[in-house]
Amino acid sequence: MLYKKKWPLFLFLVPGLLFLLIFLYIPFVENIKNSFYDMASVVKMPGQEFKFIGIDNYKRLLTDPDVRSALVNTLKMMVLTVIFEVGIAFVLAVMVSQVKKFQQLFRTVYFFPVVISATAIGLLFKLFYNYNGGMLNQILERFGHEPVLWLGPDLAFIMICIPTLWSYIGFYFVILLTGLSDIPDDIYEAASIDGCSKFKQVFYITLPSLKPVFFTSVTLAVTGALKVFDLPWVLAPNGAPQGLTHFLGTYMYQTAYGLNNYDYASTQALLIVVLGVVVSKGVGALTADKEEKAERKAKKAREKAAKTMKKEAA
Amino acid sequence: MDTALYMEKSHKKRKKISVGMAVVYIILIFWAVLTIFPFAWVIINSFKPSAEVLRSSFSLPQEFTMMNYENAFGKLNVLNAYKNSFLISGCVTLGVMILASLMSFGLTRYRFKGKELIRSLIVASLMFPAFATIIPVYKMIIQWGFLGKPIAVILPQIAGNLSFATIVMTGFMQSIPIEMEEAAYMEGANVFQVFARIIVPLCRPSLATVAIFSFLWSYNDLFVQKIMIAGHKQYYPVCTLLEEISSQYGTDFGLMAASVTIIVIPVMIVYVLLQKNIIKGLTAGAVKG
Repeated sequence: MLYKKKWPLFLFLVPGLLFLLIFLYIPFVENIKNSFYDMASVVKMPGQEFKFIGIDNYKRLLTDPDVRSALVNTLKMMVLTVIFEVGIAFVLAVMVSQVKKFQQLFRTVYFFPVVISATAIGLLFKLFYNYNGGMLNQILERFGHEPVLWLGPDLAFIMICIPTLWSYIGFYFVILLTGLSDIPDDIYEAASIDGCSKFKQVFYITLPSLKPVFFTSVTLAVTGALKVFDLPWVLAPNGAPQGLTHFLGTYMYQTAYGLNNYDYASTQALLIVVLGVVVSKGVGALTADKEEKAERKAKKAREKAAKTMKKEAA
Repeated sequence: MDTALYMEKSHKKRKKISVGMAVVYIILIFWAVLTIFPFAWVIINSFKPSAEVLRSSFSLPQEFTMMNYENAFGKLNVLNAYKNSFLISGCVTLGVMILASLMSFGLTRYRFKGKELIRSLIVASLMFPAFATIIPVYKMIIQWGFLGKPIAVILPQIAGNLSFATIVMTGFMQSIPIEMEEAAYMEGANVFQVFARIIVPLCRPSLATVAIFSFLWSYNDLFVQKIMIAGHKQYYPVCTLLEEISSQYGTDFGLMAASVTIIVIPVMIVYVLLQKNIIKGLTAGAVKG
């Protein structure tokens, strides 16, 4: 009754929707449009028209060696996030769920880097990696080794990956730990009565029951890898050295705000969107097993049947 | 894997359970040290002169100095950056909380055509990374004459956090039973009173979640800050200032260490006080979203 009168609905929905429309949907569509034009500047001068260039930017995207290396770096980062972030987080979560003391303390400590800005972490690791008197080279020199150029062409990529991965392990740790605590204890009890070892329990009980949580973690990890920007930018601005450490995000930023090539940057941004949709669908397809698929099919069939029945009734 | 094997062994030989547990604890403590070490290192080194950081970064300060902090506060105006960050992230948080609770209220309590469409539009917008909207938004901000002002960061960041906040709040509001609202209506309350006096107070837990992640995401987001405020130093928020320190004073190790410490310490204090809420806030929706 209270909600019969519809006019207040506008007051509730319109402000938020306007925000989304003006700052997300319209710019998103405009970004697609921009990728087909040659933008001389961001804002059109009076009387200026941007030239339509068709799919030139897309052609360029396919042949640009810098895009290729940024894409390869991003894909590598995705694989690394799944293996190391989700992997280490899982091992830690299983272990913490076994111990009785200090669980809360471990949670607090492991999660801490997540709340610190990537910019601060980047600056911190810059101090570690510095050639002259950085922490790592101090250790090497103490043991009588030559100092190493940590952010040089050979090592830079992996040195950027380490803090990126390290800082987010705690996030997946908490998600997986929450998932672990949702598995009822009696399954484990029954298994150990039947003589199933703890090691086997991890494989036959923990892993299968954690599947949905793994799915979420992996999806978040790969889409998160697509969005890395702050940390690489602080550690190695402009993809230093020689653009070798560019990720799709940092390369897009440099194209737009370093080289002022806004239309080409828009095309790169679209690549990021497409890749995001593809990988999250891909993860979904890989993890959905046959039962789920069958269930979904059955559900669709039921819905269809219900609809046709309704139609016939009408 | 080793530990899992170990657990198996320890299971067979009950006496050795404590040994197996000890190994687990050692590994867990090792990781905890690995997590804390960089922060401890940077805090200790912030009290040394730069030359000493270069020479011996592992020892405690030989001569305890506050010089780096004097430099940081004097040269760099860190306090001003804090003020800007709190202004920006505070407005973003407030904006997101207000808009998200209004939208969620509309979406959970009213029946209307196109509701499902609006919901799926909101979910779909989660797939838009900032990269894909920033150039047109940048253009608008220039046209409106906002470039270089705090509002240039506030508006896009509100929009960027709004979709997720609405999804979290809709989930929560759906679970609030409608009886109380009906009763209030019988007593003569109108929709706005119901919203302000009943719904908002009941939604406090999810509002806290939304507040925490909006604030932290806004505070930590270098990308938008960098684009919208570049060059206007008086409005630099914390992250933008840090990035500038790293490119300008990269060789002054003491100053860098002090700057990182200044940024980390307040977050650390808040984190220790509100850790449960913060952890819940940042992982919200991940498990059951």
